Amino acid sequence: MLALFTQPIDAARMIAVPKIDWLAIGPPVVLFTAALAIVLLASLLRGRSLQHDLDDWVVLCAFAGPIEFWLGRFSAIRYNHDVFSIIVMLAGIGSVAFAMGVSIVRKHTFAASLVIALAGVISAVAITVAQWNVVRTSGSFTSMAGAVAVDGMAVFVMGVVLVATVFGLLLGTSWIRREQLEGPEFLALLLLCATGMLVMASANDLIVVFVALEVFSIALYVMTAFDRHRIESQEAGLKYFLLGAFSSAIFLYGVALTYGATGSTNLVTIRESLTGLVGGDNGLLMVGFALMLVGLGFKVAAAPFHMWTPDVYQGAPTPVTAFMAGATKVAAFGALLRIFVGSFDLLQTDWRPAVYGLAIVSMIVGSVAAIVQTDVKRMLAYSSIAHAGYVLIGVQVATESNGGLGGTSAALFYLGIYMLMAVGAFAVIQVVGRARETDSSLDDYKGLARKEPVLAGLLTLFLLAQAGVPLTAGFVAKLTVFKAAVDAGQFQIALIGMLSATVAAFVYLRIVLSMYSGDEHGSATPVEGNRLTVDLPVRITISLTAALVLLFGVVPGWLLDVAEHATSILAG
Amino acid sequence: MTPLLGAVKITTEYYLAVGALMFTIGAVGLLIRRNTLIMFMCVELMLNAVNLTFVAFAKRLNDAHGQAIVFFTLVVAAAEVAVGLAIIVAIFRRRQGVTADDVDLLKG
Repeated sequence: MLALFTQPIDAARMIAVPKIDWLAIGPPVVLFTAALAIVLLASLLRGRSLQHDLDDWVVLCAFAGPIEFWLGRFSAIRYNHDVFSIIVMLAGIGSVAFAMGVSIVRKHTFAASLVIALAGVISAVAITVAQWNVVRTSGSFTSMAGAVAVDGMAVFVMGVVLVATVFGLLLGTSWIRREQLEGPEFLALLLLCATGMLVMASANDLIVVFVALEVFSIALYVMTAFDRHRIESQEAGLKYFLLGAFSSAIFLYGVALTYGATGSTNLVTIRESLTGLVGGDNGLLMVGFALMLVGLGFKVAAAPFHMWTPDVYQGAPTPVTAFMAGATKVAAFGALLRIFVGSFDLLQTDWRPAVYGLAIVSMIVGSVAAIVQTDVKRMLAYSSIAHAGYVLIGVQVATESNGGLGGTSAALFYLGIYMLMAVGAFAVIQVVGRARETDSSLDDYKGLARKEPVLAGLLTLFLLAQAGVPLTAGFVAKLTVFKAAVDAGQFQIALIGMLSATVAAFVYLRIVLSMYSGDEHGSATPVEGNRLTVDLPVRITISLTAALVLLFGVVPGWLLDVAEHATSILAG
Repeated sequence: MTPLLGAVKITTEYYLAVGALMFTIGAVGLLIRRNTLIMFMCVELMLNAVNLTFVAFAKRLNDAHGQAIVFFTLVVAAAEVAVGLAIIVAIFRRRQGVTADDVDLLKG
């Protein structure tokens, strides 16, 4: 037996080891591994009544530890492994290991899962930073036989999705503890969902786009239906599932027809073969990419494919709604930009009118329909449709030759800012909603400013930012999108955008007015014990998003710069 | 081969037409049927229509990629079935039937 291993190695016994580009596929792999680790841990530590116990210091260690470690790591690389960086790294590892060890010893399954999840997501953020540096210094590259592209846009979208995932984990933690639901499963699903979105951001092949779309959609269906105490949640899950599966099938049929017309599903190859097809009779291709546009339109919640949005946003647990608004839109827009701007740019005369129409309809439907709503989550659902419209303005000017790449960077910047505004607003809504999320109608917000001045003030900030008030990030985001349209000479769509923003501002002001108009008779429940509980994870989320919304409103330069450098799409 | 079929040359276009027809039946079925399970089966019909289309195109283009894609679709469809049925079972454990119109707590 041993002789087998001691024989001299000859060529016949050599097996070629495939080379794996870990940098390119790092972020999704890390998230997927973390999700598996959580499932494993949860099955090993099952059956304890302590599963919701979570101390604040564990949350702090889990959140700050990985950040500390990676900051130390980057500074160690820059300053050639000086002692200080090494100490910071060790402190980071130490705090994570300590939180993890104590949680396992005390059989706090949920706490241990949270430590794993946050360590995974923050490490994935660090890998995207490394990818960004590589892309900036040595340009975009592909991996996995051209199926995965690492370029500026992919890294930007991945970064936004990962930050949204961190917030989703924190909000989810608070919600799980309040509702006493299965914690580890929720965190694992959230990580799997984020995995799909990361793959989608860098997918350079239509089939990879489809598989990634399904990976995150299937996880989202489950998360939407996760709250078994509320029948609305399950109903929303069913609706989202049926319409989501429908839109995925439409997208896939579009992929099939495009494959038939061009002979490939790789976006770079498709772009090459399009040069010979432009101007010819290519009805198959037209139908193909029209169907893909419809499928992605569903996912980004653009009107007229928005029917599911209000119901699902309202029925889904609020942390899931926040994650959906923040991350799903970004990932789906990433794929939309990559397919249409990157790969089909030669056919822009065919798809641009369609996107132009989608943008206008989305802005108008989203703003106008929100006015008549009485539920705050529903209002923000309609406003998310309007926001999809603003991003679509950026998408459809992205191929304009005189506007340069302004459209792409405007769309990406808008998506990043929208993620912050939406997550922040839904975080406050989650707190105000109380246990079983009963309080989300406009009446429940009456007198909030008197009872909870800080929360009401922060929600006002997020809503004003969504309305596009100056000195908030929302203003800069709207400005960049409209500027891109005007630079391309499209005054009409910029005008429609501004008008619909005015209408939408009315909706946000309705919520704000409701909060600041105290009900004279006092609330029905006694004031004692009526305080809203804002625990540490929610505190971290709200303060970070609020700080960033203000910061990017006053000094947007840094993020704008990043978005401008994120316009490289490999297929283009 | 029977004389009837021998007279007709079956080309890939026939398969594409059948695929398109199946896809349309699935899409229309999903929109007009109210039974959740049937709606669910319509989605599967749509996905299988796409599979047929992929295989037909692969044959036509003489390219194995299109056939490999079918396996991805099958796996995805299987995962979707598992999750979808779980959601349907969870929601209708508390209810009498599986009619989509009864699912109306959320207006829309």
